[in-house]
Amino acid sequence: MKAYLTRRYILSASHRLHADPLSDEQNNATYGKCNNPHGHGHNYAMEVTVSGQVSAETGMVCNLVDLDEDVRHTVLERFDHQNLNMLADFAALVPTTENLTEVIYNILKQSFHSAHLEKVRVEETSKNSFEYAGGAELRH
Amino acid sequence: MIYLTRKCEFSASHYYHNPDWPDERNRQVFGKCANLNGHGHNYTLEVTVKGDVDPVTGFVVDLKELKDILNREVVDAMDHRHLNKEVPEFSSKIPTTENIAIAIWQRLAEKLNVAKLHRVRLYEMPDLFVDFYGEA
Repeated sequence: MKAYLTRRYILSASHRLHADPLSDEQNNATYGKCNNPHGHGHNYAMEVTVSGQVSAETGMVCNLVDLDEDVRHTVLERFDHQNLNMLADFAALVPTTENLTEVIYNILKQSFHSAHLEKVRVEETSKNSFEYAGGAELRH
Repeated sequence: MIYLTRKCEFSASHYYHNPDWPDERNRQVFGKCANLNGHGHNYTLEVTVKGDVDPVTGFVVDLKELKDILNREVVDAMDHRHLNKEVPEFSSKIPTTENIAIAIWQRLAEKLNVAKLHRVRLYEMPDLFVDFYGEA
């Protein structure tokens, strides 16, 4: 039988929203406080959902230890306690949470193969969150 | 179509053990969960049903009826129980969050005739949950 497993992780990082093609006034008008040149930070909560057949041997979609290890190695060590603007991932990409969510999804799609990656959901604050399923519609 | 979600909680103990494997492999695959003395969790269950709104009552489902079914089929059977030893489904299946979600779906699907079961979401911890939609 097919089940969906979701694991939640926390990562803290700083960023500044600034689009080079826009003027300073346009950036300020577009991003407001998020355009502060000194940057600011968030505790991002990230939920990774994977799916697959529940193994008759283990009762699991995948071993949680494998998922945790992969996420720690490929995502948390890369982004936690970093300034997102300084990372190669965002050299040409504004580190909005939209873009962060898509970047994280693509990283995990490449690295995690023990189950099917369904989606990545990132909460920037408790009031806004973003979900990406590789372009697919979300299942509710 | 309206989707309605009802939440309930239960606390239970369990361990993970595949009797076809030697102890070493059980420890290797299941880690701390393989401790045969068991351990416990506060599970949070969210059951989502779907249906059309009754034009007279304005309900998708009578919540009292849904609550009674949840209490009878899940809470009474699993709350403050040892899942491996006291819940029949787990005499032959490992009570992982995946398998508990499936067992709850099967228990509810048989009893729910007032609305259609859409999703069972079971939290083992605030940072770990499983969704089951009745898919093969």
